[in-house]
Amino acid sequence: MTQTTPVFSEGLDDICQEFLIESYENLDDLDRNLVALEQDPTSRPLLASIFRTIHTIKGTSGFLAFSRLESLTHVGENVLSRLRDGHLRLDPEITSTLLALVDTIRALLATIEASGQEGDIDTEPVIVLLNAILDAGTAAATPAPAVAAPVPASPEPANAEAAATAAETPATDETPAAQPGTPSPSDPAEVAEMPAHVDVLEAMAEPVPVADDHAWHEDAAGSVVDADQSAAQRSVADSTIRVDVGLLDQLMRMVGELVLTRNQVLQHVGEVQHIQLQRASQRLNLIATELQDGVMKTRMQPIDHVWQRLPRVVRDLGAQCGKSVNLVLEGRETELDRSLLEAVKDPLTHLVRNAVDHGLESPADRVAAGKPAEGTLSLRAFHEGGQVVVEVSDDGGGIDPAKIGAKALEKGLVTRDELAAMAERDVLDLIFRPGFSTAPAVTNVSGRGVGMDVVRTNIEKIGGTVDLASAVGRGTTVRVRIPLTLAIIPALLVGVGQDQYAIPQLNLVELVRVDAGAVENVAGAPVYRLRGNLLPLVYLDQQLGLPSPDEADAQNIVVLTSDGTQFGLVVHDISDTQEIVVRPLSRQIKHVEAFAGATITGEGKVALILDIPGLASRATAHWKVTAAARAAEAEARAPESSAVKLLICELGDGRRAAVPMDDVARLEEFSSAKVEHAGDKLVVQYRDDLLELVDLASGLGMYGTSPFESENFPVVVHRRNDASDVGLVVSSILDVVEQDVALNPVGDRYGLLGSSVLQGVVTDVVDVHALVGGGKEMSYV
Amino acid sequence: MSEGRQMCTFFVDDLYLGVDVLEVQEVVRYQELTAVPLAPESVSGLINLRGQIVTAIDMRTMLGLPPLAGDELPVNVVIRDGVDEAASLLVDQIGDVVDTDHLDLEEVPPTLVGPARDLVIGAYKLDGRLLHVLDTAPVLAVQTVVPARG
Repeated sequence: MTQTTPVFSEGLDDICQEFLIESYENLDDLDRNLVALEQDPTSRPLLASIFRTIHTIKGTSGFLAFSRLESLTHVGENVLSRLRDGHLRLDPEITSTLLALVDTIRALLATIEASGQEGDIDTEPVIVLLNAILDAGTAAATPAPAVAAPVPASPEPANAEAAATAAETPATDETPAAQPGTPSPSDPAEVAEMPAHVDVLEAMAEPVPVADDHAWHEDAAGSVVDADQSAAQRSVADSTIRVDVGLLDQLMRMVGELVLTRNQVLQHVGEVQHIQLQRASQRLNLIATELQDGVMKTRMQPIDHVWQRLPRVVRDLGAQCGKSVNLVLEGRETELDRSLLEAVKDPLTHLVRNAVDHGLESPADRVAAGKPAEGTLSLRAFHEGGQVVVEVSDDGGGIDPAKIGAKALEKGLVTRDELAAMAERDVLDLIFRPGFSTAPAVTNVSGRGVGMDVVRTNIEKIGGTVDLASAVGRGTTVRVRIPLTLAIIPALLVGVGQDQYAIPQLNLVELVRVDAGAVENVAGAPVYRLRGNLLPLVYLDQQLGLPSPDEADAQNIVVLTSDGTQFGLVVHDISDTQEIVVRPLSRQIKHVEAFAGATITGEGKVALILDIPGLASRATAHWKVTAAARAAEAEARAPESSAVKLLICELGDGRRAAVPMDDVARLEEFSSAKVEHAGDKLVVQYRDDLLELVDLASGLGMYGTSPFESENFPVVVHRRNDASDVGLVVSSILDVVEQDVALNPVGDRYGLLGSSVLQGVVTDVVDVHALVGGGKEMSYV
Repeated sequence: MSEGRQMCTFFVDDLYLGVDVLEVQEVVRYQELTAVPLAPESVSGLINLRGQIVTAIDMRTMLGLPPLAGDELPVNVVIRDGVDEAASLLVDQIGDVVDTDHLDLEEVPPTLVGPARDLVIGAYKLDGRLLHVLDTAPVLAVQTVVPARG
């Protein structure tokens, strides 16, 4: 933030620098305000603002042990408080004195900046003047002089005397300055020496030791330290400036445009053979990138700005709830865009409050559960994949999905059927529904039924996500992911028909290309089985009302996550990733729900940005309904059938067969090269023995491509009753399902137990015993 | 809209229309359009106007006219919309800038029928032809009577 001067790097820490910068700025305001105040001497807002400024400087200087500055501002504050309260009325003299105060403060600050210490700036004349005003004012305002001494630091009876004298003359008289002031406790000797009258008047005329307002930046330090030294240093105020965030936003947008233009230039330059042009464009590329980084950095601030108040929040909250909490903060220096910082402040505080209030148990419960009495709340911030991740974890009682479910039922957020069909993670996710609160009692802190939904809404508003993981008895972790910046985001461009659409990479999980046949239908909803999990699919062309292509043999699935749920977006093609600048939609199309914004791609075309949360809710809305329907169905027929574990295999040509898991000993994979002949049978050498292979497809009388044609083939090893093994050769092994199987005799044939609908596809269930159970004498069917 | 200004004129089919030049940001030739699925029918798409994303509104659709025949391309009349937004009106052909200082705005002629009636404020009688003053507010709001399309 600051180019530190040598003195700072040695002597002063950040706090002091911030104090200096802030104070300089405040003093500039003060100058203006004081002059303005002269025009309107009774303006309370102005007086209050001036008072605050001086008060702030006083407080901080006390904290930083700048005692002279403190005593100076203290007296100034007293005068100002009287002005503010109307006990004293501003006149030109008081104004001059106050301006002199400001200048003296400046001189002190300059010395502090240069040397780290207060140096020998003489604060006495101004203090004397201020006290004189104070005394005169007090005397005028309150006729009881004995109790009038308002300055706690001046217990001398001389002061009362002075006040008494002052009482004889009106406050606005020219004489108050002539009153001998209160001796400063820090330097009584100096005061004793001081011929009050003359010096004070001089001080009025030439208010500050270093009074030249224009020169002080360069020269003020010079009066107290080596001129050489000060010239070599930049003052703190010169090395940092405050900039309107609006201006930074505008810069950021323009840099965004520049980056896009750069992309366009680079694209075209590639097509031209012109060495100079190429060099120039490379430089442009470099400079634009650096500029982008630089401008982005101007807006970055460490997350500590938000965190620094948490220890206090946690402490107070812990005390309130009777819990002792150890707060661990990791990654304080993690930076993110300041507008985002502002946006995560409240959600984070809320999460922390939640964790202390609901997450952590009382010390007694903790001890009973075998945990240390002191709970640990840890916040971790780090960068990951172009995002900032902030984790709020507690080692408390965790969240019991059963309780959440019960609560959600009670609140009518879900139906029993819906709940039954929900995965544990989805149940936990109910916490984010509006109006949900698990606190058994409404406490002062949280539990009023607003909260997690607001947290999620606020985080999603800035393009972030919130996830929750919890283990009962062990604790809860809430993971907040937020983009680094809002202005430029990486996005994936996908194509549907003629046009390209942008998907924020924040939502992107992975890209999958599958055979069209791999898409299944579950209760009317298309799904893809991605590593064992059902992924609901949304067809972008359908969503946008665009024509679907003629039967494609492969489909591009963009796996996306939003709101804690995953879904697959089927697109026609996938182009590439680009950095895009998000622009709002014009009012003519703002209401179109499918889009979140628009952007200009590297090719100079306009691309619409898809609204992923919107699409997700469409995908999952259907999905949840069907999931509930399935659950209801399963419940309805539960009595007459029982769950069976089945291994689902593919038999070539897309046909599927299921082998009861009870008949499966092992799964193996063999190389086709290893297949040998033994008599009329195919065998492989396996565990010092020969394993007989039976092609399951031809065993079932289906002839098609032989699985042996591929390099490797999977084998389902079945152990016969006589303990001999036989290998059933299949094309691929798809899945294991545990399901109630209602066998249908349709398509009944030898070697089959029957057929059933598994995962929405008609699947033959193999009668392994009939097929190969006969042992060695069994031959091909 | 105050009377007696300069009008930027254009044609949509055989309708001679004009808007106050002060409302017009610029006139540009046809630009490649990015379609906006699910948008109102009269929204033709988005154009990239030197980095500014501008929504293009098809005046033919607004006026309930059939699309431009053959491979003729419309022209963009870019209209300011609020402080920093703009929208483009896709028109068949651009006309001259006409000074209407000396003319009185007359009532919408009874011969004008269909959706156009709701989008025209009045007309100026020029030499031998009638200049219809387009009311940009409902056009930019894409408030369109469901057009009868052939």
